[in-house]
Amino acid sequence: MSIRERLSGNEATAFAMKQINPDVVAAFPITPSTEIPQYFSSYVDNGQVDTEFVAVESEHSAMSACIGAEAAGARAMTATSANGLEYMWEMIQIASSSRLPIVMALVDRAISGPLNIHCDHTDAMAVKDSGWIMLFSETNQEAYDNMIMAHRIAENKDVMLPLMVCQDGFITSHAIENIELLEDEKVKEFVGTYKPEHYLLNKNEPIAIGPMDLQPFLMEHKRQQYQAMENARKVIADVAIDFEKMTGRKYDFFEGYQLEDAEYVAVCMNSTAGTVKNVVDNLRANGIKAGLLKVRVFRPFPGELIARALDGKKAVAVLDRVPLLNGTGGPLFEDVVSSMFVENVRVNTINYSYGVGGRDVTEEQIHKVFEDLQNLNDMKDTYRFLGLKG
Amino acid sequence: MKDLIEIRWHGRGGQGAKTASLLLADAAFNTGKYIQGFPEYGPERMGAPITAYNRISTTPIRVHSNIYEPDYVVVIDDTLLTAVDVTAGLKADGAIIINTTKPIEEIAPLLKGYSGSVYTIDAKKVSEEALGKYFPNTPMLAAVVKVTEIMPDDDFIKDMEGSFKHKFAKKPEVIDGNMKAISMALQEVKKIQ
Repeated sequence: MSIRERLSGNEATAFAMKQINPDVVAAFPITPSTEIPQYFSSYVDNGQVDTEFVAVESEHSAMSACIGAEAAGARAMTATSANGLEYMWEMIQIASSSRLPIVMALVDRAISGPLNIHCDHTDAMAVKDSGWIMLFSETNQEAYDNMIMAHRIAENKDVMLPLMVCQDGFITSHAIENIELLEDEKVKEFVGTYKPEHYLLNKNEPIAIGPMDLQPFLMEHKRQQYQAMENARKVIADVAIDFEKMTGRKYDFFEGYQLEDAEYVAVCMNSTAGTVKNVVDNLRANGIKAGLLKVRVFRPFPGELIARALDGKKAVAVLDRVPLLNGTGGPLFEDVVSSMFVENVRVNTINYSYGVGGRDVTEEQIHKVFEDLQNLNDMKDTYRFLGLKG
Repeated sequence: MKDLIEIRWHGRGGQGAKTASLLLADAAFNTGKYIQGFPEYGPERMGAPITAYNRISTTPIRVHSNIYEPDYVVVIDDTLLTAVDVTAGLKADGAIIINTTKPIEEIAPLLKGYSGSVYTIDAKKVSEEALGKYFPNTPMLAAVVKVTEIMPDDDFIKDMEGSFKHKFAKKPEVIDGNMKAISMALQEVKKIQ
């Protein structure tokens, strides 16, 4: 039987980390990091985990310490947010190219400047092509569940890639909500022990990790990284099946809500999906065939599946929780429409920048999206802003 | 209780509005409800107006936005009545609960024509008598439970005793005072409109 609890997203993540009991957690203990290392450090202090907790002086060092630990053969985790992730940026690429399955909790918040500490996805989007697997979470429950599944995916020998579990800053990270927790033994059994094939502390197999890699082989190694990301698709699906067997909770690459027969679809990630579900119900009660496609697995991007799910719809709105600063669309929009193009799916699709810097996302705003979709007579205004004042 | 009730708290930084909203979420959770408790984080500093929210529901809660049309508004500091639009969106069949000693004649003009129920409690008196200090959030929490009828008084008292034993494990001397504040507040809150 699962344990009925109420926890914030940060507490839920720290609790998952406690149950996973990794060998090493290296984290910067104050802002811009989250409460996660703080909660986790109390588990270390109380002896509830036997993790080596490294309170580093910066996020760059947090990721560096995780890389060192993981290369040595240990299971390492960290947590960060916003500018903390930016400060890790250089080491983020080192982690993935060294094929080190580090698991990170990312609480999505705006990147300065101007200074803003609230939710949007600019932090995650800045590392979207860094070779990390990225799972997004609508609720504290999904943040917890994704974390329990993370190591099985990242450490699979066909994958060996780092993985981040993303959730919305403040909206889920600091809100107390109901959650179903698993018993410690079940988590321990599900996650298993990390047995790396190759690691630095193996005296029988001296290896180098992170050496120079020039013209002769870098492309081949990057091709292998590409393959690892491709391989992750099957592993993510397999792990979700095992997780469903244990919990009854089903996870897929994306969640469709009233999607199958929908004519108008909103595509988004994280906490806004719940608000969209309420609006979809409301519109359906009024005879409007609205639906939601909530992306859970953002990397590797399930483009083919998403394109197929959107085929035949009357109109689609992709909601990007980032400012649009590139003269073209937001990252989720770009991925969705390029996948549609590749799969030969042609549906009128518009893009909204929304919820930037913690701007509250209301049901009223989502109603406006579906209203726009129903009145989409031409594609003049592809790029739009939701909930903008004035 | 309705299937979903939404509560908005107005307080000043340092008065415990956030803690009160989390304790209310805890108490409602313990009665088997689905709950949300979340503060609206801003540039907090001691004394600045802050807002916190609760949703309490018989079914899972999916929405993740602030509350604009609350069933109940709680005002922990009556100086906020002139500083913040506390009745904004407040449902007419709901209620506002204010920590004040002022009579309805002085309060009503500040509520912008709000036609629903108005409750007041002197949380300062309760807190100072029970705790010897001014911590308005515990009496206000009790007042909210009384007015919203989220749970019977006895269940609430029993539940809070458990919560305080946990919360104040390192300073058990304040548990009795807080429990006294709760019992007093449940009696003290009164309807003035």
